[in-house]
Amino acid sequence: MRYLCLLVWDEEKLASLPPAEEERLNAAHLEVNEDLIASGHFIEAEPLEPAANTTCVRVRGGRATVTDGPFAETKEQVAGFYLIEARDLNEAIQVATRLPSAAWCTVEVRPCRQLRVGGLARPSSSKSAHNPFTPA
Amino acid sequence: MQSTQQSVDAIYRAESRRVLATLIRLLGDFDLAEEALHEAFVAAVEQWPRDGLPDNPRAWLVSTGRFKAIDRIRRRSKYDVSLEDVAEHVAALADPSSGEPMESVEDDRLRLVFTCCHPALAAEAQVALTLREVCGLTTEEIARAHLANPSTIAQRIVRAKARIREARIPYEVPGRTELPERLASVLRVVYLVFNEGYLATSGDSLTRHDLSAEAVRLGRLLVELLPEPEAVGLLALMLLHESRRSTRTSADGEIVLLADQDRTRWNREQIADASRLVQAALATGRGGPYCIQAAIAAVHAEAPSAEATDWNEIVGLYDVLLEMDASPVVALNRAVAVAMRDGPAAGLTLVDAILARGELGDYHLAHASRADLCRRLGRTADARGAYERALALTTQASERRFLARRLAELK
Repeated sequence: MRYLCLLVWDEEKLASLPPAEEERLNAAHLEVNEDLIASGHFIEAEPLEPAANTTCVRVRGGRATVTDGPFAETKEQVAGFYLIEARDLNEAIQVATRLPSAAWCTVEVRPCRQLRVGGLARPSSSKSAHNPFTPA
Repeated sequence: MQSTQQSVDAIYRAESRRVLATLIRLLGDFDLAEEALHEAFVAAVEQWPRDGLPDNPRAWLVSTGRFKAIDRIRRRSKYDVSLEDVAEHVAALADPSSGEPMESVEDDRLRLVFTCCHPALAAEAQVALTLREVCGLTTEEIARAHLANPSTIAQRIVRAKARIREARIPYEVPGRTELPERLASVLRVVYLVFNEGYLATSGDSLTRHDLSAEAVRLGRLLVELLPEPEAVGLLALMLLHESRRSTRTSADGEIVLLADQDRTRWNREQIADASRLVQAALATGRGGPYCIQAAIAAVHAEAPSAEATDWNEIVGLYDVLLEMDASPVVALNRAVAVAMRDGPAAGLTLVDAILARGELGDYHLAHASRADLCRRLGRTADARGAYERALALTTQASERRFLARRLAELK
């Protein structure tokens, strides 16, 4: 199964990390990423710009409107994500535990769902490969 | 190429739990062992199609998993001082004199069972951990079977593993003096899993049924690894319940009582299998409550009809069971058997005495039994009152329908 791990940070805390600390954290992430690629868990991961740089797009009645985001002024924001493949939720939790940011922020682990078309569960794209050790 | 992939899949299904059990012993940690297991299979997917299947895939997976773990911990401990202990432990493992890892694979599986069912863990955690680590179910499958949220089950498993680590629960088969008590804990978990599947009337009955099948598999594994009489007795008991599973409910999901079940549809092969097991277990002279319950179930299973059942034998077995386990529920079952042997009046005297003791005042089956006996004695008003009391005490839909039907028949 696929799981999305959202790295939810207190943005002030992230912004005020001492440079040496941030350097260590970043290096540790790069190292873990290589580990996760080797173990077949890694699908994709990216750090994100601060939430203030969000743009919201909506199409209503065929008209697109574009506004600044985010809608909610909360301190906790998604600052990065990992899309991973794991056998089950506990394996996904184990992967999340290994993420260096987990020592600083909250990692939200969310199972991906499958799209159903014509009553059949479908992979979301032709890129969504099936992990051999995940029960069908 | 495709056939190698299929072999890897088949080997994963057949061997992953054995390999995990051994890796936990070698690495001294559940999570580390799971990661190592995963990495070993990733390596197998990569290497086997290229190099061919190894002669002993299990040994290959264990040693590959071990080396991958050692490698990773060494790299990690550079950053994380808290891993120093583990790194030290692992250094000892890297020493070739630390022993051949394959020598006690079957012992490892038993170690895993005993650890997952350790009494220091909460009962529901024992069940979840056993299903995931020993049976290989995923967290999501366990959640579906328990009609629970996967996150709830996942947290239970995480907490149980933390408890094993923090309480330093040893990864071992208990010694002779501890064994009976620890085995009782394992058997309780197996029977709990079985009953969750067997007694299920809510939710997806298909996945719940799988839980019983899983428990029977566990029971067989246990008997194979540790043929103690009570383990054998529990396996026989589960097989005897299984043998009449399909006749316990009608096509439209209504309860069918033992007396009314179609005995021609009972699984004779399972019954014969179980009867042999019970006899062998009782012959050791060390049979306990599971053996006696299995013996009672075997008498029922072998009887041509409810009337032609050897009720005297059943009452005698309940007497033995009561001596081992003086529970009011056992006494109630004995009373029902006495009613079959000596008539409803004799049974009712016993049931009333049990109810007077108070412990079963809120147990719907006690009132349902009383109602049934009153009905057979023609004491309609008493029967009605007792059915109404039973109905008020159960929320289970099929039982409520059954009791309501009986009540309606009296009006």
